[in-house]
Amino acid sequence: MSTEPPVSELSPVERLKADSRLLRGTLVESLADPVTGSLRECDAQLLKFHGSYQQDDRDIREERRQQKLEPAWRFMVRTRLPGGVLSARQWLALDNIAERYANGTLRITTRQTIQLHGIVKRELKSTIAALNAELIDTIAACGDVNRNVIAPANPAESRAHGEVLDWTKRLAEHLLPRSRAYHEIWLDGARVAGTPEVEPLYGPTYLPRKFKAAFAIPPVNDVDVFAHDLGFIAIVDGEHLAGFNLTAGGGQGATHGESATYPRLASVIGFLPPERLLEVGTAVMTLQRDYGDRSNRKHARLKYTIDDRGLEWFRTELYSRLAAPLAPPRPFHFVTNGDRYGWTLGYDGRFHLALRIPGGRVRDSDSAQLRTGLREIAAVHDGSFRLTTNQNLVISEIALEQRPRIEALIHKHGLDLYARTPPVARDALACVALPTCPLAMAEAERYLPAFTERVHALLHPLGLAGEPLSLRITGCPNGCARPYLAEIALIGKAPGRYNLQLGGDARGERLNVLHLENVAESAILAELDQLFAAWAAERTLAERFGDFLWRTGRVRRERANS
Amino acid sequence: MRSEAGTPRRATVTALRPALSPEPSREQPVTLEVLANQRITGRASARDVRHLELALPEGRLRYEPGDSLGIWPENRAATVAQIALLLGARLELPVTFGSRERPLVDWLTRERELTRLTRPFIEQHAARAGSGELAARAADPAALRQLLRGCQLVDLLREYPACWAPEELVAALRPLAPRLYSIASSRRTVGEEAHLTVAVLESVHGGERRYGAASAYLAEHSGEDGRPVRAFLESNPRFRLPADLARDIIMIGPGTGIAPFRGFLQERVAAGASGRQWLFFGARHFDSEFLYQTEWLEALKRGELTRLDVAFSRDQAQKVYVQQRLTERGRDIYEWLENGAALYVCGDGERMAPDVHAALAAVIARHGGRNADAAEQYLRDLASAKRYLRDVY
Repeated sequence: MSTEPPVSELSPVERLKADSRLLRGTLVESLADPVTGSLRECDAQLLKFHGSYQQDDRDIREERRQQKLEPAWRFMVRTRLPGGVLSARQWLALDNIAERYANGTLRITTRQTIQLHGIVKRELKSTIAALNAELIDTIAACGDVNRNVIAPANPAESRAHGEVLDWTKRLAEHLLPRSRAYHEIWLDGARVAGTPEVEPLYGPTYLPRKFKAAFAIPPVNDVDVFAHDLGFIAIVDGEHLAGFNLTAGGGQGATHGESATYPRLASVIGFLPPERLLEVGTAVMTLQRDYGDRSNRKHARLKYTIDDRGLEWFRTELYSRLAAPLAPPRPFHFVTNGDRYGWTLGYDGRFHLALRIPGGRVRDSDSAQLRTGLREIAAVHDGSFRLTTNQNLVISEIALEQRPRIEALIHKHGLDLYARTPPVARDALACVALPTCPLAMAEAERYLPAFTERVHALLHPLGLAGEPLSLRITGCPNGCARPYLAEIALIGKAPGRYNLQLGGDARGERLNVLHLENVAESAILAELDQLFAAWAAERTLAERFGDFLWRTGRVRRERANS
Repeated sequence: MRSEAGTPRRATVTALRPALSPEPSREQPVTLEVLANQRITGRASARDVRHLELALPEGRLRYEPGDSLGIWPENRAATVAQIALLLGARLELPVTFGSRERPLVDWLTRERELTRLTRPFIEQHAARAGSGELAARAADPAALRQLLRGCQLVDLLREYPACWAPEELVAALRPLAPRLYSIASSRRTVGEEAHLTVAVLESVHGGERRYGAASAYLAEHSGEDGRPVRAFLESNPRFRLPADLARDIIMIGPGTGIAPFRGFLQERVAAGASGRQWLFFGARHFDSEFLYQTEWLEALKRGELTRLDVAFSRDQAQKVYVQQRLTERGRDIYEWLENGAALYVCGDGERMAPDVHAALAAVIARHGGRNADAAEQYLRDLASAKRYLRDVY
């Protein structure tokens, strides 16, 4: 294709993938090297495709440099859990693995999976093997591939939930890499001699960049479907799943100071019946495989492919890969992108209990014995655990007669945080950031409790303490907590300094805009205090903060591309 | 580190030789400024190991890699005060011994061993305390060893009260001896400095921390407080790099035994040696006790260090020591030796050095097709050719 850059312009990661023998590289040798806790640089890149990131404890990086010790290299392992569903037994296993190999916590991510942090290199293989023994793999949880496919978390919200979850898993399986490297390296799988190995969908260089797929069932948009490369909005006709509206080209990431990078809401393309799901999903992904920018990784997501060439080009190219065009999109209506906390009754007579997990971090604290409590629940629960894309957890499929037992454990360990937390803290999201994430420029997860408390302290005297408000903090602009959709977002610039973004909605359908650049907490709180006062004084009935800011012109969009 | 207090075998360390004029001598040490004092074990380690950088006066203490620095320690002020209290004497009390009269505090701080007990002293103390139990312990070799290892003067005074006039005590205690530390640097690389690798000896006795005299003394020098250290050069001509720069070297230095090898590598790199360098290191934990890790990794990357093998004993269920690594790498070690390599061993002489020796003998037997006697003879021949050199303590 004339638009493909010449080989010399490919980003270094492209060469690395091409030379990796389908993701093997020299990972085995790197893992066996006893004099360093890190991997060779190329293997650290390839490791992502296997579901793990090399990180170090940034809190003690400088201390260790002075001690003439290398950084405290640790590995984050991210599981692949399509739809975020775990059996109670798997939850227990994860809890044990976190204790044995990781830092004793489980981290629920915004992409509906579990991360384990703090694993040392010499135990990485044992960790991944232990996960696989519980039928939890980590294949393609990171890397330039289709990542974990996410779906609505709460089965009680819709009768179509089960069907949609089923399609979620089928799409996830269909888009999995086929390389045997994972089994060889982590599970002592035998090399299949003779047969030349191929990646039928991906080819030897996989995708130009990560690729994220999501399913949503209106009216709940908990997954923030417009934040993902590939989206499917379920169209439910009564109790019957009629099909999906395809969305494409969403993405959150941006880079500070580079206006050519930006978050983008996915475009709604057309409607398809369920049986065309794999065909359409594959076509979008392979289109991006063929046309995505492989020369600049900051410009390599599907959103740029679409914006560079236009939506009509995208539609034409997509349809050329399909057996038939899509039908026009069907109407849909979202009302919330939050989680519904507490007990819900499913259509099948079983109960579901959605719990608040602050920052997604499952650990015991003074206010809530989250880890102990959930472990004890898992020990007696015969249903499932469902991770939400808002870093929360649904204890699912609880029979009526089991409910008192679960309730007693909730009470005993203080797991009812959702009922005890003011809305601004209850619905807030934060990425992991410091001390483990190498990209973080500022605190996020560790800062979230203090910051939401201060915001609550501003709201309270204005009589707004009970108002829902979406607040998200990330340590860098890459967008792991989907900050560009929040009514209030802090995006890390430097230690203690953030960009303040304002004006998202409560449905995941509107991007916020930059309001204050590179400011400290005091300036952020002063600005919010003024805006909250105006909101309290001038709001229409039940008007959300983000909507109020737009209506009164306190935020406005200056760039045309979103 | 070479020698630090505690066990009776320390007494068998080769007597300090008088240094050559005009070098500062044991009796007339020079004062050195502490430039840096950096802990080099991670926060998870129970061991406090320090990297010290000392400034050498212009043109003095012209050490060679392999040499040691003698350090005259001062006993801790808190320990001295406790002992004075137990004696019921003021610190300023003038005390005469021989022809010299000085305040008690000076005797105890700079002149007498307070951290290392001896059997004759314990016997005297048992008699004064009228303690049959202590006398029995001193007479039983195992109990005595335990006593000498875990008990300092202050503990003895406290647990077996006895009446000592200050003069009597000063007369009965051994004179304070300097401690020797292998120098961990090369002047060709660091200039007029000497670096030391010092493990701070700590133990707990009766709920109180007890420290080794010199290591605690050195560890307390911040590098900013301006307190100098009294030191002298202890030449170690029996632990020298090969004159031939093309000769390969194999260095085995677990724990603070690594110290001279940091100097060796610096020296060989600065001299442009064409021979290869192979280092074996061991400690308890990879994460927190890999001494000078970043320097070794950098040297590996630059090709200055040819090979690096490590053993961390407590990171897995099965304890692994350097001698296992020697066994695993036996074929290559034998090949290096046959190729003329010189072997160096530094560190603990009680267990490590004999174990390493046995492992080397086994390697030579196995890969050289020799019986046990012939393997021992091979090592003896290496030693007499100055190709199997040990600095153990």
